[in-house]
Amino acid sequence: MKVKVLYFASVREKLGKDAEDIDLPANVATIADLRSHLRSRGGAWADALADSKLLRTAVNQDMVPPAAAIKAGDEVAFFPPVTGG
Amino acid sequence: MKISVQTEDFDAGLEIRNVSRHSSIGAVASFVGLVREVAMTLEHYPGMTERAIAKIVDDAKSRWQVIDCTVIHRYGALLPNDQIVLVAVAGGHRGDAFAACEFIMDYLKTQAPFWKKEQTAEGARWVEAKSADDTAAERWK
Repeated sequence: MKVKVLYFASVREKLGKDAEDIDLPANVATIADLRSHLRSRGGAWADALADSKLLRTAVNQDMVPPAAAIKAGDEVAFFPPVTGG
Repeated sequence: MKISVQTEDFDAGLEIRNVSRHSSIGAVASFVGLVREVAMTLEHYPGMTERAIAKIVDDAKSRWQVIDCTVIHRYGALLPNDQIVLVAVAGGHRGDAFAACEFIMDYLKTQAPFWKKEQTAEGARWVEAKSADDTAAERWK
């Protein structure tokens, strides 16, 4: 299953990457699964996406909770809590 | 309705006049947010930002009588005293206009994907989200 993953703000800086296309293994079905899959890359990934880090996620540009499902072709984004306004 | 995410500055007076043109409008409430003290760079998520703001405005329209509305939010490099955000809400009466304007700002703070990075004397640092902003948004539930 192929998805596009975007990273913003401090997450983007820590990972040194703003976007990538990933082909996911079959056992990755939710945002929480994807986060754990990316964390398994180790190094900056394990740190920036650690469970202790408060992150927000979006699927197809809507904010969603970690249990949200992802499907082929989705645009998924990881970012810190927002600070606009 | 106008939603704009832009680098350029805006003329609040002009925007307020533009949102006030319908004859049924009796009140316009507006809010302008400024950069306080420290230069900063604002990053956002193009596409999602406009979508999130549109959802917040729709939500406000379902709660109060909103005849017209403009939301402008800037991104990029901003200096102290620069304008960051404008919310202008036009309604039949002031109660709805005040409430909808405050609601839109409270939700912008917690739902619209913007991130501030301040240029402090010790170097650049990402601004941490405040729990007070979550509390402000929660009270509308």
